[in-house]
Amino acid sequence: MADTQRPLSPHLQIYKWQVQMVTSILHRATGIALAVGTLMVLWGLVSLAAGEEAFNQFKVCNGSPLGMILLIGWTWALFYHLCNGIRHLIQDTGAGYAIPQFVRSSWMSIIGSFVLTLLVWAYVLTAGGAA
Amino acid sequence: MSTNTKDLRNPLKRARGLGSAQFGVSHWWTQRVTAAALIVLALWFVTLVLGLLHADYATARAAVAKPWNAVLLIAFVVTVFWHAVLGLQVVIEDYVHTRWKEIVLLVAIKFIAVLSVLASTLAVLRIALGA
Repeated sequence: MADTQRPLSPHLQIYKWQVQMVTSILHRATGIALAVGTLMVLWGLVSLAAGEEAFNQFKVCNGSPLGMILLIGWTWALFYHLCNGIRHLIQDTGAGYAIPQFVRSSWMSIIGSFVLTLLVWAYVLTAGGAA
Repeated sequence: MSTNTKDLRNPLKRARGLGSAQFGVSHWWTQRVTAAALIVLALWFVTLVLGLLHADYATARAAVAKPWNAVLLIAFVVTVFWHAVLGLQVVIEDYVHTRWKEIVLLVAIKFIAVLSVLASTLAVLRIALGA
């Protein structure tokens, strides 16, 4: 670092939180969470190939309270990353950059992710508990 | 850039092949293409899992063994780990500022992803081929 006493540019704590900031950092956070979650897919497939005992162990872990909490979290992370990912793909075409559109599409990603998570888990729970 | 006035080469000529000028676009583009594929594959995967909610071992195995499911599962696993590596790579490059730690992490996620893809693919093939 240079010794000069130049002022630093304002960082996060200076700004009032806006929804676009939330959707931006959540896309990263859910991406990291999902990368970890892919290891559950790996575990499921490997245990299914390994035999009934290994697969039942996988099912018991998924059905445990901690397993259910993690699965609900991963479900939301997946749907959030999906909704906001589609939003980013649309923005990559150059569309939707006017501030009102940008704010509206941010809310659509967030609300859409919760609605989809709710639908999936309503189905899971009415079908009689997970796994 | 260099202030060496004796260097008559165009700045672009000196920049080519260095840093992101080498593979920046391909990284960006591959991330989008895998994202587009995952919109379909991830939704398909969720419906597959939901359809197997209370399935016993034999039913789950039979579902994975179906040729289309096996093909799409392998496609999903390859694409999801590829997309995860591309995303995690950017996160690591942004936040890890010690060079050796950055390199170790960048290589580690690639090793983990490749091993995970190979293990998942082998698992699907074992199930599909009845091994």
